[in-house]
Amino acid sequence: MSYATYLRCEVVRTFRNRRFFVFSLAFPLIIYFAIAGANRHATVEEVGLPLYLMTGMVAFGAMIAVISSGARIATERQLGWTRQLRITPLRTSTYFAAKVLSGYLMALVTIVLMYVAGSTLGVRLDARQWAIMTLLLIVGLVPFTLLGILAGHLLKPDSLGPAVGGVTTLFALLSGAWGPLSQGRYFVDVVKCVPSYWLVQSGRVVAFGGGWPPAEAWIVIAVWGVALARLAVVVYRRDTARV
Amino acid sequence: MTGSPDDSMQREGVVLAGLRKSYGPVEAVRGIDVTISPGETVALLGPNGAGKSTTIDMMLGLARPDAGKVTVFGLSPAEAVGSGKVGGMLQTGSLLEYLSVRELVEVVASLYPNPLIVGDVLEATGAQGFAAQRTTNLSGGQTQRVRFALALVANPDLLVLDEPTAALDVEARRDFWSAMRSIAKLGKTVVFATHYLEEADAYADRIVLMARGRIIADGPATEIKAKVGGRTIRATLPGASLDALDALVGVTSTERRGEAVVLTCTDSDTALRALLAAYPAARDIEVLGAGLEEAFLRLVGEDNAEVPYR
Repeated sequence: MSYATYLRCEVVRTFRNRRFFVFSLAFPLIIYFAIAGANRHATVEEVGLPLYLMTGMVAFGAMIAVISSGARIATERQLGWTRQLRITPLRTSTYFAAKVLSGYLMALVTIVLMYVAGSTLGVRLDARQWAIMTLLLIVGLVPFTLLGILAGHLLKPDSLGPAVGGVTTLFALLSGAWGPLSQGRYFVDVVKCVPSYWLVQSGRVVAFGGGWPPAEAWIVIAVWGVALARLAVVVYRRDTARV
Repeated sequence: MTGSPDDSMQREGVVLAGLRKSYGPVEAVRGIDVTISPGETVALLGPNGAGKSTTIDMMLGLARPDAGKVTVFGLSPAEAVGSGKVGGMLQTGSLLEYLSVRELVEVVASLYPNPLIVGDVLEATGAQGFAAQRTTNLSGGQTQRVRFALALVANPDLLVLDEPTAALDVEARRDFWSAMRSIAKLGKTVVFATHYLEEADAYADRIVLMARGRIIADGPATEIKAKVGGRTIRATLPGASLDALDALVGVTSTERRGEAVVLTCTDSDTALRALLAAYPAARDIEVLGAGLEEAFLRLVGEDNAEVPYR
Protein backbone atom coordinates (compact mmCIF):
# COMPACT_ATOMS: atom_id res chain seq x y z
CA MET A 1 0.00 0.00 0.00
CA SER A 2 1.57 3.24 -1.09
CA TYR A 3 0.11 6.50 -2.19
CA ALA A 4 2.51 6.92 -5.10
CA THR A 5 0.06 5.31 -7.52
CA TYR A 6 -2.75 7.54 -6.36
CA LEU A 7 -0.67 10.71 -6.66
CA ARG A 8 0.55 9.67 -10.09
CA CYS A 9 -3.01 8.99 -11.23
CA GLU A 10 -4.10 12.42 -10.11
CA VAL A 11 -1.31 14.07 -12.09
CA VAL A 12 -1.95 11.93 -15.16
CA ARG A 13 -5.63 12.85 -15.06
CA THR A 14 -4.80 16.54 -14.86
CA PHE A 15 -2.62 16.40 -17.91
CA ARG A 16 -5.15 14.38 -19.89
CA ASN A 17 -7.82 17.01 -19.38
CA ARG A 18 -7.48 19.05 -22.54
CA ARG A 19 -9.81 21.89 -21.66
CA PHE A 20 -7.92 22.46 -18.47
CA PHE A 21 -4.66 22.42 -20.37
CA VAL A 22 -5.84 24.93 -22.93
CA PHE A 23 -7.15 27.44 -20.43
CA SER A 24 -4.34 27.21 -17.98
CA LEU A 25 -1.53 27.18 -20.57
CA ALA A 26 -2.60 28.48 -23.92
CA PHE A 27 -4.76 31.34 -22.75
CA PRO A 28 -2.05 33.29 -20.87
CA LEU A 29 0.46 32.56 -23.64
CA ILE A 30 -1.82 33.87 -26.37
CA ILE A 31 -2.57 37.06 -24.47
CA TYR A 32 1.11 37.48 -23.77
CA PHE A 33 2.27 37.16 -27.36
CA ALA A 34 -0.64 39.23 -28.65
CA ILE A 35 0.20 42.19 -26.43
CA ALA A 36 3.91 41.95 -25.66
CA GLY A 37 4.84 40.51 -29.04
CA ALA A 38 3.39 43.52 -30.81
CA ASN A 39 4.98 46.04 -28.42
CA ARG A 40 8.37 44.50 -27.69
CA HIS A 41 10.12 47.78 -27.18
CA ALA A 42 7.45 49.59 -25.23
CA THR A 43 7.98 50.28 -21.54
CA VAL A 44 5.55 50.29 -18.63
CA GLU A 45 6.51 51.85 -15.29
CA GLU A 46 10.05 52.17 -16.66
CA VAL A 47 10.31 48.44 -17.42
CA GLY A 48 10.23 46.70 -20.77
CA LEU A 49 6.73 45.51 -21.63
CA PRO A 50 7.79 41.86 -22.25
CA LEU A 51 9.17 41.60 -18.70
CA TYR A 52 6.32 43.57 -17.17
CA LEU A 53 3.62 41.47 -18.79
CA MET A 54 5.47 38.20 -18.25
CA THR A 55 5.36 38.70 -14.48
CA GLY A 56 1.62 39.41 -14.72
CA MET A 57 0.72 36.53 -17.02
CA VAL A 58 2.80 33.99 -15.13
CA ALA A 59 0.81 34.82 -11.99
CA PHE A 60 -2.47 34.69 -13.92
CA GLY A 61 -1.77 31.31 -15.54
CA ALA A 62 -0.46 29.70 -12.36
CA MET A 63 -3.48 31.00 -10.46
CA ILE A 64 -5.86 29.33 -12.96
CA ALA A 65 -3.89 26.08 -12.67
CA VAL A 66 -4.11 25.72 -8.90
CA ILE A 67 -7.71 26.95 -8.60
CA SER A 68 -8.90 24.59 -11.33
CA SER A 69 -7.20 21.62 -9.75
CA GLY A 70 -9.13 21.96 -6.49
CA ALA A 71 -12.30 23.00 -8.26
CA ARG A 72 -12.39 19.65 -10.05
CA ILE A 73 -13.48 18.16 -6.73
CA ALA A 74 -16.94 19.41 -7.72
CA THR A 75 -16.99 16.97 -10.64
CA GLU A 76 -15.81 14.09 -8.48
CA ARG A 77 -18.52 14.86 -5.96
CA GLN A 78 -21.16 14.85 -8.68
CA LEU A 79 -19.88 11.55 -10.07
CA GLY A 80 -20.23 10.02 -6.61
CA TRP A 81 -16.52 9.30 -6.72
CA THR A 82 -15.73 11.04 -3.43
CA ARG A 83 -18.23 8.71 -1.75
CA GLN A 84 -16.54 5.72 -3.35
CA LEU A 85 -13.17 6.96 -2.08
CA ARG A 86 -14.55 7.38 1.42
CA ILE A 87 -15.04 3.61 1.63
CA THR A 88 -11.38 2.98 0.76
CA PRO A 89 -8.45 3.39 3.17
CA LEU A 90 -7.38 6.58 1.35
CA ARG A 91 -6.95 9.34 3.89
CA THR A 92 -8.63 12.67 3.35
CA SER A 93 -5.27 14.38 3.72
CA THR A 94 -3.83 12.33 0.88
CA TYR A 95 -6.83 13.12 -1.28
CA PHE A 96 -6.22 16.84 -0.82
CA ALA A 97 -2.45 16.46 -1.10
CA ALA A 98 -2.93 14.90 -4.52
CA LYS A 99 -5.10 17.82 -5.62
CA VAL A 100 -2.52 20.32 -4.37
CA LEU A 101 0.34 18.44 -5.98
CA SER A 102 -1.31 18.17 -9.38
CA GLY A 103 -2.31 21.83 -9.24
CA TYR A 104 1.23 22.89 -8.44
CA LEU A 105 2.72 20.70 -11.17
CA MET A 106 0.34 22.25 -13.66
CA ALA A 107 1.24 25.69 -12.34
CA LEU A 108 4.94 24.92 -12.74
CA VAL A 109 4.43 23.95 -16.37
CA THR A 110 2.64 27.25 -16.91
CA ILE A 111 5.40 29.15 -15.13
CA VAL A 112 8.18 27.55 -17.17
CA LEU A 113 6.34 28.10 -20.45
CA MET A 114 5.78 31.77 -19.59
CA TYR A 115 9.47 32.15 -18.73
CA VAL A 116 10.36 30.64 -22.09
CA ALA A 117 7.87 32.93 -23.80
CA GLY A 118 9.41 35.91 -22.00
CA SER A 119 12.90 34.86 -23.06
CA THR A 120 11.89 34.71 -26.70
CA LEU A 121 10.76 38.33 -26.43
CA GLY A 122 14.08 39.35 -24.92
CA VAL A 123 13.52 39.06 -21.17
CA ARG A 124 16.86 38.52 -19.43
CA LEU A 125 17.21 37.80 -15.70
CA ASP A 126 19.99 36.11 -13.76
CA ALA A 127 19.56 32.64 -12.29
CA ARG A 128 19.00 33.96 -8.79
CA GLN A 129 16.20 36.24 -9.95
CA TRP A 130 14.44 33.40 -11.81
CA ALA A 131 14.76 31.15 -8.75
CA ILE A 132 13.47 33.69 -6.22
CA MET A 133 10.58 34.66 -8.48
CA THR A 134 9.57 30.99 -8.77
CA LEU A 135 9.85 30.45 -5.04
CA LEU A 136 7.71 33.50 -4.28
CA LEU A 137 5.10 32.35 -6.79
CA ILE A 138 4.92 28.97 -5.06
CA VAL A 139 4.25 30.64 -1.71
CA GLY A 140 1.83 33.15 -3.21
CA LEU A 141 -0.24 30.38 -4.79
CA VAL A 142 -1.19 28.84 -1.44
CA PRO A 143 -4.40 30.88 -0.93
CA PHE A 144 -5.50 30.15 -4.50
CA THR A 145 -4.98 26.43 -4.04
CA LEU A 146 -7.25 26.56 -0.99
CA LEU A 147 -9.74 28.69 -2.86
CA GLY A 148 -9.94 25.96 -5.51
CA ILE A 149 -10.64 23.28 -2.91
CA LEU A 150 -13.31 25.53 -1.39
CA ALA A 151 -14.91 26.08 -4.80
CA GLY A 152 -14.84 22.33 -5.40
CA HIS A 153 -17.09 21.82 -2.39
CA LEU A 154 -19.38 24.79 -2.90
CA LEU A 155 -20.05 24.75 -6.63
CA LYS A 156 -21.71 22.44 -9.11
CA PRO A 157 -19.62 21.39 -12.12
CA ASP A 158 -21.89 23.45 -14.38
CA SER A 159 -21.01 26.69 -12.69
CA LEU A 160 -17.29 25.95 -12.33
CA GLY A 161 -16.21 27.35 -15.70
CA PRO A 162 -17.83 30.78 -15.32
CA ALA A 163 -16.96 30.98 -11.63
CA VAL A 164 -13.29 30.15 -12.06
CA GLY A 165 -13.02 32.32 -15.18
CA GLY A 166 -14.73 35.26 -13.53
CA VAL A 167 -12.84 35.08 -10.27
CA THR A 168 -9.43 34.70 -11.88
CA THR A 169 -10.17 37.59 -14.25
CA LEU A 170 -11.21 39.79 -11.36
CA PHE A 171 -8.12 38.80 -9.38
CA ALA A 172 -5.94 39.50 -12.40
CA LEU A 173 -7.48 42.93 -12.96
CA LEU A 174 -7.18 43.92 -9.31
CA SER A 175 -3.58 42.80 -9.13
CA GLY A 176 -2.29 44.63 -12.16
CA ALA A 177 -1.48 41.41 -13.97
CA TRP A 178 -2.61 42.92 -17.26
CA GLY A 179 -1.46 46.48 -16.87
CA PRO A 180 -0.73 49.29 -14.42
CA LEU A 181 -3.32 49.90 -11.71
CA SER A 182 -5.02 53.18 -11.02
CA GLN A 183 -3.00 55.04 -8.43
CA GLY A 184 -5.98 56.36 -6.44
CA ARG A 185 -4.92 56.32 -2.79
CA TYR A 186 -7.74 54.24 -1.35
CA PHE A 187 -7.78 51.93 -4.35
CA VAL A 188 -4.15 51.03 -3.83
CA ASP A 189 -4.74 50.39 -0.13
CA VAL A 190 -7.60 48.02 -0.91
CA VAL A 191 -5.76 46.26 -3.71
CA LYS A 192 -2.83 45.55 -1.42
CA CYS A 193 -5.11 43.35 0.69
CA VAL A 194 -5.87 41.12 -2.31
CA PRO A 195 -3.63 38.04 -2.48
CA SER A 196 -3.28 38.16 -6.25
CA TYR A 197 -1.68 41.61 -5.97
CA TRP A 198 1.21 40.03 -4.13
CA LEU A 199 1.26 37.05 -6.46
CA VAL A 200 1.94 39.45 -9.31
CA GLN A 201 4.45 41.31 -7.16
CA SER A 202 6.36 38.01 -6.73
CA GLY A 203 7.72 38.63 -10.16
CA ARG A 204 7.80 42.40 -10.13
CA VAL A 205 9.75 43.02 -6.94
CA VAL A 206 12.44 40.65 -8.11
CA ALA A 207 12.53 41.57 -11.75
CA PHE A 208 12.44 45.30 -11.09
CA GLY A 209 15.51 44.91 -8.93
CA GLY A 210 13.79 45.34 -5.58
CA GLY A 211 14.81 42.12 -3.79
CA TRP A 212 12.25 40.60 -1.40
CA PRO A 213 8.61 41.64 -0.99
CA PRO A 214 7.68 43.69 2.12
CA ALA A 215 6.34 42.16 5.35
CA GLU A 216 2.88 43.30 4.29
CA ALA A 217 2.94 40.78 1.45
CA TRP A 218 3.68 37.82 3.71
CA ILE A 219 0.97 38.89 6.15
CA VAL A 220 -1.70 39.23 3.45
CA ILE A 221 -0.85 35.81 1.99
CA ALA A 222 -0.78 34.20 5.44
CA VAL A 223 -4.10 35.71 6.54
CA TRP A 224 -5.85 34.67 3.34
CA GLY A 225 -4.24 31.25 3.58
CA VAL A 226 -5.40 30.61 7.13
CA ALA A 227 -8.89 32.00 6.53
CA LEU A 228 -9.44 29.96 3.36
CA ALA A 229 -8.04 26.82 5.00
CA ARG A 230 -10.49 27.23 7.89
CA LEU A 231 -13.37 27.74 5.48
CA ALA A 232 -12.34 24.75 3.39
CA VAL A 233 -12.38 22.54 6.49
CA VAL A 234 -15.85 23.80 7.49
CA VAL A 235 -17.22 23.24 4.00
CA TYR A 236 -15.62 19.80 3.72
CA ARG A 237 -17.16 18.73 7.04
CA ARG A 238 -20.56 20.02 6.07
CA ASP A 239 -20.31 18.24 2.74
CA THR A 240 -19.45 14.84 4.18
CA ALA A 241 -21.83 15.03 7.15
CA ARG A 242 -24.87 15.59 4.98
CA VAL A 243 -24.69 12.22 3.31
CA MET B 1 -5.05 -16.47 11.47
CA THR B 2 -5.72 -18.97 14.31
CA GLY B 3 -4.55 -17.67 17.64
CA SER B 4 -3.76 -14.19 16.35
CA PRO B 5 -4.54 -11.42 18.82
CA ASP B 6 -7.56 -10.16 16.92
CA ASP B 7 -9.10 -13.61 16.64
CA SER B 8 -11.95 -12.82 18.99
CA MET B 9 -12.61 -9.60 17.10
CA GLN B 10 -12.68 -11.57 13.86
CA ARG B 11 -15.28 -13.91 15.28
CA GLU B 12 -17.52 -10.98 15.96
CA GLY B 13 -18.18 -10.13 12.33
CA VAL B 14 -20.61 -7.28 11.77
CA VAL B 15 -22.84 -6.13 14.61
CA LEU B 16 -25.65 -3.61 14.13
CA ALA B 17 -27.22 -2.76 17.47
CA GLY B 18 -30.30 -0.59 17.92
CA LEU B 19 -29.61 1.42 14.75
CA ARG B 20 -31.76 4.41 13.96
CA LYS B 21 -31.38 7.05 11.29
CA SER B 22 -33.68 9.82 10.14
CA TYR B 23 -33.33 12.24 7.27
CA GLY B 24 -35.34 15.25 8.30
CA PRO B 25 -38.85 14.05 9.11
CA VAL B 26 -38.31 10.70 7.38
CA GLU B 27 -37.31 7.81 9.60
CA ALA B 28 -35.24 5.69 7.20
CA VAL B 29 -34.10 3.13 9.76
CA ARG B 30 -36.15 2.63 12.90
CA GLY B 31 -34.25 0.45 15.30
CA ILE B 32 -32.60 -2.61 13.80
CA ASP B 33 -30.43 -5.30 15.35
CA VAL B 34 -28.44 -7.74 13.23
CA THR B 35 -25.36 -9.81 13.96
CA ILE B 36 -23.51 -11.25 10.99
CA SER B 37 -20.86 -13.90 11.54
CA PRO B 38 -17.63 -13.93 9.55
CA GLY B 39 -18.00 -15.97 6.38
CA GLU B 40 -21.76 -15.52 6.16
CA THR B 41 -23.44 -14.29 3.00
CA VAL B 42 -26.42 -12.21 4.01
CA ALA B 43 -29.03 -10.58 1.79
CA LEU B 44 -30.82 -7.46 2.92
CA LEU B 45 -34.08 -7.95 1.11
CA GLY B 46 -36.77 -5.33 0.90
CA PRO B 47 -38.74 -3.04 -1.39
CA ASN B 48 -37.66 0.51 -2.15
CA GLY B 49 -37.86 2.58 0.98
CA ALA B 50 -37.09 -0.32 3.29
CA GLY B 51 -33.95 1.35 4.64
CA LYS B 52 -31.46 -1.02 3.03
CA SER B 53 -29.20 1.67 1.58
CA THR B 54 -29.24 3.67 4.79
CA THR B 55 -28.30 0.55 6.73
CA ILE B 56 -25.44 -0.11 4.32
CA ASP B 57 -24.28 3.51 4.53
CA MET B 58 -24.08 3.19 8.30
CA MET B 59 -22.22 -0.11 7.99
CA LEU B 60 -19.65 1.60 5.78
CA GLY B 61 -19.37 4.72 7.91
CA LEU B 62 -20.90 6.94 5.21
CA ALA B 63 -23.81 7.85 7.45
CA ARG B 64 -23.76 8.32 11.19
CA PRO B 65 -26.54 6.57 13.14
CA ASP B 66 -28.80 8.82 15.23
CA ALA B 67 -28.85 6.04 17.80
CA GLY B 68 -27.25 2.63 18.15
CA LYS B 69 -23.88 1.31 17.15
CA VAL B 70 -22.15 -0.47 14.30
CA THR B 71 -19.04 -2.58 14.75
CA VAL B 72 -17.19 -4.34 11.96
CA PHE B 73 -14.80 -7.05 13.20
CA GLY B 74 -14.83 -5.24 16.53
CA LEU B 75 -13.87 -1.92 14.97
CA SER B 76 -15.84 1.20 14.16
CA PRO B 77 -16.83 1.39 10.48
CA ALA B 78 -14.28 4.17 9.90
CA GLU B 79 -11.48 2.11 11.45
CA ALA B 80 -12.50 -1.00 9.52
CA VAL B 81 -12.59 0.96 6.26
CA GLY B 82 -9.31 2.70 7.10
CA SER B 83 -7.53 -0.60 7.68
CA GLY B 84 -8.72 -1.96 4.34
CA LYS B 85 -10.96 -4.69 5.78
CA VAL B 86 -14.00 -3.46 3.89
CA GLY B 87 -14.79 -3.22 0.21
CA GLY B 88 -17.99 -1.78 -1.10
CA MET B 89 -20.07 -1.22 -4.16
CA LEU B 90 -22.52 1.63 -3.70
CA GLN B 91 -25.85 1.82 -5.43
CA THR B 92 -25.02 4.90 -7.46
CA GLY B 93 -21.84 6.50 -8.66
CA SER B 94 -19.91 6.95 -11.86
CA LEU B 95 -16.28 6.24 -12.52
CA LEU B 96 -13.40 8.69 -12.30
CA GLU B 97 -12.69 10.38 -15.62
CA TYR B 98 -9.54 10.53 -17.73
CA LEU B 99 -8.36 7.02 -16.82
CA SER B 100 -8.60 3.65 -18.52
CA VAL B 101 -10.50 0.88 -16.79
CA ARG B 102 -7.26 -0.90 -15.93
CA GLU B 103 -5.66 2.26 -14.56
CA LEU B 104 -8.69 2.94 -12.38
CA VAL B 105 -8.71 -0.58 -10.93
CA GLU B 106 -4.94 -0.33 -10.35
CA VAL B 107 -5.34 2.96 -8.48
CA VAL B 108 -8.00 1.56 -6.18
CA ALA B 109 -5.96 -1.63 -5.65
CA SER B 110 -3.00 0.52 -4.58
CA LEU B 111 -5.01 1.93 -1.68
CA TYR B 112 -5.46 -1.47 0.02
CA PRO B 113 -2.99 -3.52 2.05
CA ASN B 114 -3.63 -6.91 0.33
CA PRO B 115 -5.20 -6.26 -3.04
CA LEU B 116 -5.92 -9.01 -5.55
CA ILE B 117 -4.02 -9.08 -8.84
CA VAL B 118 -5.65 -6.54 -11.13
CA GLY B 119 -5.58 -8.80 -14.21
CA ASP B 120 -7.34 -11.59 -12.33
CA VAL B 121 -10.07 -9.26 -11.12
CA LEU B 122 -10.65 -7.84 -14.60
CA GLU B 123 -10.95 -11.40 -15.86
CA ALA B 124 -13.33 -12.47 -13.10
CA THR B 125 -15.63 -9.50 -13.58
CA GLY B 126 -15.63 -9.73 -17.37
CA ALA B 127 -13.95 -6.34 -17.70
CA GLN B 128 -10.83 -7.69 -19.45
CA GLY B 129 -12.25 -7.03 -22.92
CA PHE B 130 -12.53 -3.29 -22.38
CA ALA B 131 -9.75 -2.76 -19.83
CA ALA B 132 -7.90 -0.36 -22.14
CA GLN B 133 -10.93 1.86 -22.74
CA ARG B 134 -11.45 5.14 -20.98
CA THR B 135 -13.97 4.97 -18.16
CA THR B 136 -16.13 7.57 -19.89
CA ASN B 137 -16.71 5.38 -22.97
CA LEU B 138 -18.48 2.46 -21.30
CA SER B 139 -22.02 1.15 -21.44
CA GLY B 140 -24.10 0.96 -18.27
CA GLY B 141 -23.44 -2.75 -17.89
CA GLN B 142 -19.70 -2.31 -18.43
CA THR B 143 -19.60 0.46 -15.85
CA GLN B 144 -21.31 -1.81 -13.36
CA ARG B 145 -18.73 -4.55 -14.00
CA VAL B 146 -15.94 -2.07 -13.32
CA ARG B 147 -17.61 -0.91 -10.12
CA PHE B 148 -17.78 -4.52 -9.04
CA ALA B 149 -14.09 -4.95 -9.94
CA LEU B 150 -13.27 -1.97 -7.71
CA ALA B 151 -14.98 -3.63 -4.75
CA LEU B 152 -13.37 -7.02 -5.43
CA VAL B 153 -9.80 -5.88 -6.00
CA ALA B 154 -9.73 -4.59 -2.43
CA ASN B 155 -9.73 -8.23 -1.30
CA PRO B 156 -11.62 -7.22 1.84
CA ASP B 157 -12.81 -9.41 4.71
CA LEU B 158 -16.22 -7.80 4.39
CA LEU B 159 -17.74 -7.10 1.01
CA VAL B 160 -20.80 -4.85 0.99
CA LEU B 161 -22.86 -4.48 -2.16
CA ASP B 162 -25.85 -2.19 -2.50
CA GLU B 163 -28.18 -3.53 -5.20
CA PRO B 164 -25.22 -4.73 -7.27
CA THR B 165 -27.24 -6.18 -10.14
CA ALA B 166 -29.76 -3.37 -10.51
CA ALA B 167 -28.32 -2.09 -13.80
CA LEU B 168 -27.21 -5.43 -15.27
CA ASP B 169 -28.56 -7.46 -18.14
CA VAL B 170 -29.14 -11.19 -17.77
CA GLU B 171 -25.69 -12.26 -18.91
CA ALA B 172 -23.87 -9.76 -16.74
CA ARG B 173 -26.02 -10.78 -13.82
CA ARG B 174 -25.00 -14.41 -14.26
CA ASP B 175 -21.29 -13.46 -14.51
CA PHE B 176 -21.67 -11.32 -11.45
CA TRP B 177 -23.08 -14.09 -9.30
CA SER B 178 -20.59 -16.65 -10.50
CA ALA B 179 -17.80 -14.26 -9.47
CA MET B 180 -19.57 -13.73 -6.16
CA ARG B 181 -19.75 -17.48 -5.55
CA SER B 182 -16.00 -17.83 -5.85
CA ILE B 183 -15.55 -14.91 -3.45
CA ALA B 184 -17.87 -16.43 -0.87
CA LYS B 185 -15.83 -19.66 -1.09
CA LEU B 186 -12.78 -17.74 0.13
CA GLY B 187 -14.52 -17.27 3.46
CA LYS B 188 -15.36 -13.61 2.97
CA THR B 189 -18.28 -12.05 4.74
CA VAL B 190 -20.70 -10.71 2.15
CA VAL B 191 -23.67 -8.43 2.68
CA PHE B 192 -25.76 -7.44 -0.29
CA ALA B 193 -28.96 -5.48 -0.68
CA THR B 194 -31.51 -6.52 -3.24
CA HIS B 195 -35.19 -6.35 -3.98
CA TYR B 196 -35.23 -9.61 -5.90
CA LEU B 197 -36.37 -12.51 -3.76
CA GLU B 198 -34.90 -15.01 -6.26
CA GLU B 199 -31.47 -13.44 -5.94
CA ALA B 200 -31.56 -13.41 -2.19
CA ASP B 201 -32.78 -17.01 -2.14
CA ALA B 202 -30.20 -18.27 -4.63
CA TYR B 203 -27.09 -16.57 -3.29
CA ALA B 204 -27.52 -15.82 0.41
CA ASP B 205 -27.19 -18.16 3.38
CA ARG B 206 -29.49 -15.93 5.26
CA ILE B 207 -32.05 -13.28 4.43
CA VAL B 208 -32.77 -10.22 6.53
CA LEU B 209 -36.13 -8.96 5.40
CA MET B 210 -36.60 -5.22 5.79
CA ALA B 211 -39.55 -2.95 5.30
CA ARG B 212 -40.08 0.64 6.31
CA GLY B 213 -36.94 0.87 8.36
CA ARG B 214 -37.50 -2.27 10.39
CA ILE B 215 -36.50 -5.91 10.21
CA ILE B 216 -39.61 -7.99 9.75
CA ALA B 217 -37.94 -11.37 9.37
CA ASP B 218 -34.44 -12.74 9.70
CA GLY B 219 -33.52 -16.33 9.01
CA PRO B 220 -32.31 -18.97 6.55
CA ALA B 221 -33.18 -18.17 2.96
CA THR B 222 -35.64 -21.06 2.59
CA GLU B 223 -37.60 -19.97 5.63
CA ILE B 224 -37.96 -16.40 4.41
CA LYS B 225 -38.85 -17.52 0.93
CA ALA B 226 -41.75 -19.57 2.29
CA LYS B 227 -42.91 -16.49 4.15
CA VAL B 228 -42.96 -14.05 1.27
CA GLY B 229 -42.95 -16.26 -1.79
CA GLY B 230 -46.70 -16.90 -1.95
CA ARG B 231 -48.88 -16.77 -5.05
CA THR B 232 -52.37 -15.55 -5.75
CA ILE B 233 -55.12 -17.19 -7.73
CA ARG B 234 -57.63 -14.96 -9.43
CA ALA B 235 -60.80 -16.37 -10.90
CA THR B 236 -64.21 -15.18 -12.07
CA LEU B 237 -66.61 -16.92 -9.72
CA PRO B 238 -69.85 -15.08 -9.02
CA GLY B 239 -71.80 -16.05 -5.96
CA ALA B 240 -69.22 -18.17 -4.13
CA SER B 241 -68.91 -17.52 -0.43
CA LEU B 242 -65.61 -16.12 0.73
CA ASP B 243 -65.73 -18.17 3.89
CA ALA B 244 -66.00 -21.37 1.89
CA LEU B 245 -63.11 -20.32 -0.34
CA ASP B 246 -61.07 -19.45 2.69
CA ALA B 247 -61.46 -23.02 3.92
CA LEU B 248 -59.80 -24.50 0.80
CA VAL B 249 -56.46 -26.23 1.35
CA GLY B 250 -53.48 -23.91 0.74
CA VAL B 251 -55.47 -20.66 0.84
CA THR B 252 -54.57 -18.07 3.44
CA SER B 253 -56.88 -15.20 2.60
CA THR B 254 -59.59 -14.24 0.16
CA GLU B 255 -60.91 -11.07 -1.36
CA ARG B 256 -63.75 -10.25 -3.70
CA ARG B 257 -63.26 -7.86 -6.62
CA GLY B 258 -66.55 -7.51 -8.43
CA GLU B 259 -67.33 -10.83 -10.08
CA ALA B 260 -63.83 -12.12 -9.37
CA VAL B 261 -62.22 -13.55 -6.28
CA VAL B 262 -58.56 -13.34 -5.35
CA LEU B 263 -57.11 -16.10 -3.22
CA THR B 264 -53.75 -15.65 -1.55
CA CYS B 265 -52.06 -19.00 -1.21
CA THR B 266 -49.12 -20.67 0.47
CA ASP B 267 -49.45 -23.60 -1.93
CA SER B 268 -51.14 -22.46 -5.12
CA ASP B 269 -50.97 -25.87 -6.84
CA THR B 270 -53.01 -27.60 -4.14
CA ALA B 271 -55.32 -24.63 -3.77
CA LEU B 272 -56.04 -24.56 -7.51
CA ARG B 273 -56.93 -28.27 -7.59
CA ALA B 274 -59.20 -27.80 -4.58
CA LEU B 275 -60.81 -24.75 -6.18
CA LEU B 276 -61.56 -26.52 -9.45
CA ALA B 277 -62.91 -29.59 -7.64
CA ALA B 278 -65.26 -27.49 -5.53
CA TYR B 279 -66.20 -24.89 -8.17
CA PRO B 280 -66.08 -26.37 -11.68
CA ALA B 281 -67.71 -23.16 -12.95
CA ALA B 282 -64.67 -21.01 -12.08
CA ARG B 283 -63.27 -19.33 -15.22
CA ASP B 284 -60.66 -16.78 -16.36
CA ILE B 285 -58.24 -18.35 -13.90
CA GLU B 286 -54.85 -16.65 -13.36
CA VAL B 287 -52.08 -17.76 -11.03
CA LEU B 288 -49.66 -14.96 -10.19
CA GLY B 289 -46.48 -14.87 -8.15
CA ALA B 290 -47.23 -12.43 -5.40
CA GLY B 291 -44.90 -9.49 -5.81
CA LEU B 292 -42.50 -8.81 -3.02
CA GLU B 293 -44.25 -5.52 -2.50
CA GLU B 294 -47.51 -7.33 -1.83
CA ALA B 295 -45.87 -9.80 0.50
CA PHE B 296 -44.26 -6.94 2.38
CA LEU B 297 -47.49 -5.05 2.62
CA ARG B 298 -49.06 -8.12 4.15
CA LEU B 299 -46.21 -8.55 6.63
CA VAL B 300 -46.09 -4.93 7.66
CA GLY B 301 -49.77 -4.19 7.36
CA GLU B 302 -49.81 -2.41 10.69
CA ASP B 303 -47.45 0.28 9.40
CA ASN B 304 -49.47 1.09 6.32
CA ALA B 305 -50.12 4.67 7.26
CA GLU B 306 -46.48 5.63 7.40
CA VAL B 307 -44.49 7.15 4.60
CA PRO B 308 -41.81 4.94 3.07
CA TYR B 309 -38.37 6.32 2.35
CA ARG B 310 -36.47 5.77 -0.90
